[in-house]
This record gives sequence, structure tokens and C-alpha cells, in this order.
Amino acid sequence: MSTLLDVKNIAKRFTVSRGLGAKPATVHAVDDVSFTISHGETLGLVGESGCGKSTVGKMIVRLLEPDEGEVMLAGEPISHLSHRAMRPFRRKVQMVFQDPNGSLDPRQRAGDIVEEPLVVHGIGNAAERRARVENLFSRVGLRPDQMTNVPSKFSGGQRQRLAIARALALNPSLIVADEPVSALDVSIQAQVINLMSDIQREFGLAYLFVAHDLGVVQHISDRVAVMYLGRIVEIGDTSSVYLRPSHPYTHTLMDAVPRPDPARRHHRPAIARGEVPSPLNPPSGCAFHPRCPMATYICRQERPLLRRVASGAEVACHHAE
Amino acid sequence: MTPLLSIEGLTVELSTGDRNFEAVSDITLAVARNEVLALVGESGSGKSMTAMAIMRLLPEPVADIVAGTILFDGIDLASASEAALRGIRGNRIGLIFQEPMTSLNPSIRVGPQVAEVLRLHKGLDAVNARRRVEQLFEQVRIPDPRRRYDDYPHQMSGGMRQRVVIALALACDPDVLIADEPTTALDVTTQAQILETFRDLQASVGAATILITHDLAVVAETADRIAVMYAGRIVEETTTEQLFASPRHPYTHGLLGSIPHVADTDATRRGDRLPEIAGTVPALWALPPGCAFEPRCPRASDRCLSERPPLAELAPGHKTACWHPVETAA
Repeated sequence: MSTLLDVKNIAKRFTVSRGLGAKPATVHAVDDVSFTISHGETLGLVGESGCGKSTVGKMIVRLLEPDEGEVMLAGEPISHLSHRAMRPFRRKVQMVFQDPNGSLDPRQRAGDIVEEPLVVHGIGNAAERRARVENLFSRVGLRPDQMTNVPSKFSGGQRQRLAIARALALNPSLIVADEPVSALDVSIQAQVINLMSDIQREFGLAYLFVAHDLGVVQHISDRVAVMYLGRIVEIGDTSSVYLRPSHPYTHTLMDAVPRPDPARRHHRPAIARGEVPSPLNPPSGCAFHPRCPMATYICRQERPLLRRVASGAEVACHHAE
Repeated sequence: MTPLLSIEGLTVELSTGDRNFEAVSDITLAVARNEVLALVGESGSGKSMTAMAIMRLLPEPVADIVAGTILFDGIDLASASEAALRGIRGNRIGLIFQEPMTSLNPSIRVGPQVAEVLRLHKGLDAVNARRRVEQLFEQVRIPDPRRRYDDYPHQMSGGMRQRVVIALALACDPDVLIADEPTTALDVTTQAQILETFRDLQASVGAATILITHDLAVVAETADRIAVMYAGRIVEETTTEQLFASPRHPYTHGLLGSIPHVADTDATRRGDRLPEIAGTVPALWALPPGCAFEPRCPRASDRCLSERPPLAELAPGHKTACWHPVETAA
């Protein structure tokens, strides 16, 4: 598989006010993050709230510009392109959000919502576009007669199908999906996950699947990256990261997820201590060291870099083997 | 075990604008001391409405108990006076909500908030109330409880705030504890910590507990017994072990199969299609005359269209409301 997306050392800093008279502080929301995604591949990006995973997604679709580093799409650097120069690349990268209500115009009719990207990019004439929209509707499991409805006439699951149809309109190579099923009822989630898998096969799509739900990510991802306080701490094949986690944080995360297994009521793994530190004041060295059972002197002094370990994953830990 | 809290035939009606419909229909449940009963369901299933009804915190006049009894220590909470309820709520029945800011006053320091409850219900003086609060904070594992006593809620993390809420719920040694999605808003490592604290304290207090959640994995690790709700009714009720080993209602069966939980093996291949439950949750004001799950059910027959199945004991301790229950695995 050839590389579609190459993210190189991107960083994003935000300035936050600390109240009257206090000097504003800088938060490193994302720091030195690199990864690649191949054609047709799914990379899951996981981590707890505030770890920077959504910020990474936004930098890839250019909702945010990285302060450092570069995003390469099909070999071209796109992070600092002008609006106009970005156009051909916009077609290739689309985004699906957690809350379809926030991303769908409530007054627009569903058919127009899906057609809009085609109009903006000057694709086809009215009849061709309509045929394409009809086609997309049936592809995502909506009925063509629903094209005249406004979003409020749709259920949550149907609205997410609509958002997926719009994302598909321009035949993208990559979809950045930020928590695409977490707002849906549990009995609806499987429908949308299956739809995403089906269209991936059919259109050869690659996904950056950003989510906090580790079960969903394990199901859908070829590879997984785990973030902690703005950095990737482990990245590798899904089975390496889930079944043989090498970073102590990944371990903690996997142990903490509840399983549908009543036997675990009586044999539960040990629970991580402490809380995620404030990104305003991150710990020295390895950001996980205050919570890490393996931490030693070097972990407080030196930030570990990603390196390949026995499981095959790349891990940022001084003590991983 | 004699139940500490028993609900019989509870029905809650909602009236919004031009619509009148039942949000909770004919619920019968009982919880004993030391027991954790989970009420599981999706949004609109009636699980939270049931909890609000028990506490008589329903948003009146929009929602109202129209039938049933809620017996607690010889008192019918469904018909008790507001004065009687004030002596029970937050005292003999503790409450934990999903969003800690629902229970905490943002403008009062957390320690004094909990102390106030102790002074009100237990008649403690200021010194003893403070001492007891510090003890409680230690029990719910708030680090450095003396210093955190004077924090405002916004100065704490979400996990710490939820610990304060647990301390508040447990302050008066309640007989009954009602926890509505207590960890849903939290990150996974914080969730694990809070659930551990919750389980330990629940066990040491021995409160009869109703845990309300949509998360079957949380339930598997926390509850003794489970009642599954769908469209305002209980469709299945049994022990946690039994429910996960052999779910009988097609809805429960479908849910357990369709949710991708973290697997500790490579058994499922990536990209395998998940078993789906077809369709969507029905609107409560447009329920079919028969079984509410019929339009989505792979096992449905003509009978399900016209006749609603009663919640019946199909095996000892295992109730299911279905004309065509899934066969047991054993």
C-alpha cells in the first residue's frame, strides 16, 4: 500500500487567558506528532479528553493550521497552501463530525446538503448532480424521497448517514471521522460502523478515525495511535497495541475499559493512580511519569522518543522492551 | 432477601404540547439491601424517568406519576407529601447524577456544601460536620481532603467533582442509592477509578442501589441484577451472570452482539460486519399496539403485531417479555 497521508512533526499551540492581570499561558495542544496513512487504510486515534486527538484531525482537514510541521497529501505539502491552491486537495479530504446537528444546516434540504460540495467544485450539470445525489442517498441507506426533508426530520443515525453522503460526494481518498458514532444510541452505532466499513471497501477510502471508544476503534482500525497530553505515546498494528500494549499508559487505558464480562467483577486489574495533568503545566520528561508504576530518574529528566519495540509498535517510553 | 425499595406498576405520563404519552409503563422492580440493580436502556427507554419518579423529582406538570406505588420503609413515595420527601431525599436516599454540576452549587465551596447536608439531616454542629466531611472526602479518595475542602467546584477536575457528589450522596449513610449514569461524562481511566470507589463504598454502606446506565460493560462489572428497558417497559430482568450468558429477549440479544467491546483476543477480524439491530428506536407517542420492539425484531410474528407480551418468568429468576424468546445457550 502506498502512502496517502504523511503527517510530519506537526504542533499546535493555543494561548489561553488566565484571568485579569495574569499573563496568558501557552498550551501545547499537539506537539511533534507524526504518522502516515496508506490508501484504503484506517488509523484509529485514541486518547482521553484534552489529549489533542481532535486538534490533529482538524489540522489534517485544514480547519486549523499547524504552528510547526507539515501535512503531506499524496506527496504534496498542504498545510500552508492558500485557500485557492488548497481546492483540489479539499476534494480528497473530507470530515465527518460527532454531532451531525452542528455540521448540517437545519434550513437546507437534505438533497441540497449533499449536492452543495458538487456545486462548489463545479461538478456536472444539474441533472447529473441530482443523479449523483440520488445514488449517494441509496448508497448510505437513505431513501431518495427523503431528499426534500430538512435535517430535523431525520433520526440521529440518519443524520449521520446524511453527513457521510455529503463527505462521499466528491469521491475523497481520506475521511477524517471525529467521534462519528459516539452521539448515537447504542443500537444504532453498529449500523453506522458497518456503513463506514462497506463504503471504505467500495470506494477504497482511508480513514483517520478519532474516538475515545476503544472497542469501536479496535473493531474498525488497521493501526492505532495512542495520544497522551499532545503526543503520540504508542503507534502500531491494532493487535499489537491492544493485545500487547508496550507503553504503560496504553496498558492503563486498556485495563481501565470495562468489558461485558461479569467475571471481571471479582478479578479486576489494578487501576491507574492520579489524573491527567493540566496541559498548562505538563510534567517534565515523560508526561506520564507522575502516574507511571515504572517511572525512574530518567523519566523525570528526559522526554522519551518513539522507537520500535518487540511487539512491532513504536513506543515513547524509556522502559518499554 | 426482603426488598428495601419496591416499585409496583409504576407508570409515568408525559404531556408535551399536544401529545400525551407514557414514558414509563407499568414498571415493577425491587431492590434489597447490599444489592446493585442496574436499569439499562437507550435514550427514551424510560430509565432516567424511573429514577426521577422514585425521587419524585419529575418535572411537573409535564411529567406525572399516574399509577403505581413506590414503597420504601412502609412509605409510598409515589403519594408522600413534599415535607415527608424532604426528610428522605439526600438523607435516606442518596443521589448521584451524570453531571456533577447538577448536584453541586457552583458558588459554594465543596466542603461546606456537604457539611450543610449533615447539619440539616443529622443535626451535626459545625466542628463535627467538618470532621465528618473530611472523613468522607478521604473515603471517596479525594487526595489532600483538608485542602480540597475549601475548593469551589470549578477548581476541581470532573473526576474529583464526581467524588464530591458521591461523598454528598453517602454523607447520611443512605439506605438507598440511586446513580444515574455516574461515570458517563468521564474519561475511561477516571471512570475506572470512580467505579472502583463507588463499588467499594456501596458495599461498605450496604445501600440498596439502582444504577442507571446505557453501558452494558459498566453493568457487567458492577451490578448484581439487571433490568433492560425498551420504550418505557422492562423487557428482560435477571442476574448479571445470566443476562450475559443467555440473553432471552431479542433486543438484549441484539445489543450484546452489536456493540464492539474491547476484545482480549484477535478472534474477530477487522472489518467483519457487526450484527446490527435494524431500524430506529420508536417514538413513545407512536408505539405499535403489540410489542414495541416488533418493527425491529428478526423473530417477530403476527402475534407480536397485535398482542403485547407480558413480562413472564421463563426460567427461575429470569423474566422476559417476548412471545418468541431466544433459546438458551445451555
